[in-house]
Amino acid sequence: MAHAHTHLPPPRAEQLDSEAAKTVSKRGAPAPAPRRARTWRLLTPWLFLLAPLVLLVTFTYAPIANMVAYSFTDWDGVSPELHYTGAENYTEIFTREDLFQVFWVSGYYLVASVIQIVAALYFATILSFSIRFRNFFKGVLFFPSLVNGVAIGFVFLYFFQDGGTFDTVLGLFGYHTDHAWLGTPASANTSLAGVSIWRYLGMNFVLFLGAIQSIPGELYEAAELDGAGRWHQFRYIILPGIKPVLTLTVILSVSGSLSAFEIPYIMTGGATGTETFVIQTVKLAFQFNKTGLASAAAVVLLLIILLVTWVQRRLVPDDRVDLV
Amino acid sequence: MHMNRRTVTVLATVAGAALLLQGCTGTGGSAKGADAKAPDDPAEVSGTITVLTVRTDLVQDGTMKKYAAEFNKTYPKVKVEFQALTNYEAEIKVRMNTDDYGDVLLIPAVIKKNDYPKFFASLGTAAERGKKYRFTDFTTVDGKVYGQSPVGVMPGFVYNKRVWKEAGVTEWPTTPAEFLADLKAIKAKTDAIPYYTNFAAQWPLTSWTYVDGSVHCDPQATTKLAEDDPWAENSDLRVGDTLLHDIVKQGLAEKDPTTSNWEESKPRTAKGEIATQWLGTWAIIQFQDAAKKAGVNPDDIGFMPFPAQTDGTFCATVGPDYNQAVNVHSPHKEAARAWIDWFTDKSGYDKDNLAISPLEDAPMPEVLKPYEEAGVKLIELDDTAGAKVKLIDDESEVGIYKPEYRQDLVDLARGAKKGSLDDFLGGLGKKWTETQATVSD
Repeated sequence: MAHAHTHLPPPRAEQLDSEAAKTVSKRGAPAPAPRRARTWRLLTPWLFLLAPLVLLVTFTYAPIANMVAYSFTDWDGVSPELHYTGAENYTEIFTREDLFQVFWVSGYYLVASVIQIVAALYFATILSFSIRFRNFFKGVLFFPSLVNGVAIGFVFLYFFQDGGTFDTVLGLFGYHTDHAWLGTPASANTSLAGVSIWRYLGMNFVLFLGAIQSIPGELYEAAELDGAGRWHQFRYIILPGIKPVLTLTVILSVSGSLSAFEIPYIMTGGATGTETFVIQTVKLAFQFNKTGLASAAAVVLLLIILLVTWVQRRLVPDDRVDLV
Repeated sequence: MHMNRRTVTVLATVAGAALLLQGCTGTGGSAKGADAKAPDDPAEVSGTITVLTVRTDLVQDGTMKKYAAEFNKTYPKVKVEFQALTNYEAEIKVRMNTDDYGDVLLIPAVIKKNDYPKFFASLGTAAERGKKYRFTDFTTVDGKVYGQSPVGVMPGFVYNKRVWKEAGVTEWPTTPAEFLADLKAIKAKTDAIPYYTNFAAQWPLTSWTYVDGSVHCDPQATTKLAEDDPWAENSDLRVGDTLLHDIVKQGLAEKDPTTSNWEESKPRTAKGEIATQWLGTWAIIQFQDAAKKAGVNPDDIGFMPFPAQTDGTFCATVGPDYNQAVNVHSPHKEAARAWIDWFTDKSGYDKDNLAISPLEDAPMPEVLKPYEEAGVKLIELDDTAGAKVKLIDDESEVGIYKPEYRQDLVDLARGAKKGSLDDFLGGLGKKWTETQATVSD
């Protein structure tokens, strides 16, 4: 923590020092900083951190610790009695095939997140160049991220209804499909994954746009002078320039696909083959009152996501990119 | 690596928190046994009580306040406050981990029957209460009663009389086959959707479990669930599930069940766009209200029993709705008890809802007149094995009181899920009976 000082730009550091000197001289103490001042200097950052740390521990780490503890019990979520059952819940999770089959559903969301990232990247690149109505399109793309997920679920329920918005729009173009969009597992999962693209595209887009705009403008000018077209600018300047953000987005998308919940839970409740791992966990905990088993399932999901992230980081190491 | 120290600190904090919080688990039901006695002098009992309810609508439109004002005429010193919970089961489950879950609440399904004395104060002995009230054995533990439902409910089909008449059906069908034939007639002769599953709203599908008992007119139906395979040949649930399956399979249900809409289904049934739904007596008033709002005749809403007869008569089961109980930690148990007694006996809540009275000697409501005329036999199911059935249901994850298996059944019937009905019901039966062997009473 004491290093912090050296990182400050010189002029401000001097200012601080002189201020410190002033307080010191007022008290009439000798020149070297007294012990109390040094203790304070060490403590100050921690005092600033106190509020967020308390919140973090209370609302994130403590519940997680509690959940891990529950995962070794047979607690039903309300009974005053709970018994320690050792690793029984974990054995059950890993020996019951049906609990893992739901991960196939995540495949739909994985494919969707590929489409989502490519589309977000495309729009971010286009809108980083100066084109007409740029800010308007930015707003349009980002808008869904501002809407409450539950509301989105309900809106799209009407959208996919028999004779609903989607059918009407298709009808305008002359397609009268008469298809039950949420009717079969494949169709329902595709529809839900489509909603999820619509919902999260804006977030990815904003991340990419921010990263692209942090690339210095001279680089494009220099590239243009050297005769590079838009594609080459994208390939050799933008893509390497936003690599860290891109990697982060991929990691978030993969973990998001594995733990998809909100949209399918609101829209179908996991019916017709749309049950994801998290919906299954919620059902175990709140329908069948197996809080212990559900906690274990949540821990397993956490471990799987950590594992996937680790493998991904191994395959695509996050080297520092130097554009200049 | 100067991350190390920080990582260690965080881990230590987490471990510390885990140890601390271990002590906080489920202290809610630590008290044991208490009685909520009825006050001797209504004018003297005092205190502010919080009454939890699922009737969000009645709290919002001020109806509950009117009940409270009426209550205060007899008990002037008691102040009643209401809390409506929209997602009752999930919310109350979390709250019951503390001592603060209102003074009067509805007994949630999650609480095991044997744990009732730890969470609720007793309302009296079964012997004494059973003389006056219905449904006492649903909440009786060791001879003491812990809850009382303010209304009785009866499962059955809500249907549009006009549409059924237009299709040329004037008599209630007496067998599932006749019922299917009638639905076909409705499909052929009217524009109405013969049957509406309410697949998307999920919970209406669970009411199909309550065919249990009425198919064979057997008061011991719940005990049979606990002891036998519920989907054995010709058993109640199998008959009910087969009927639902056939309705959907023969194209007599709504076209796209996955986007069905419960709120819309009420006015649509009233207007005759939907002909039939399997629900319960509790739904009649909601459908009549929907009819009034839509400007159509509320008397078109009819109610009929499950299409099965035993010895030439229909049979219907009468059971409790949510049971009201007194929080064992409540500081105002007498006032809370006074509320339950008044709400059950004198509030008129049952009549306002066209429901069956919880009092043994009360007459049947007006809407069930056709039942009396048709000589429908009303039975109460023996709930001695009810707790065991719930336990088997949770342990096996079959979920007869949960929507999922009926959703699967509907998916199977409309071809969105592969397999045959026999295999599906057989699989459920296998899961159920295997769990039966491991669950003790």
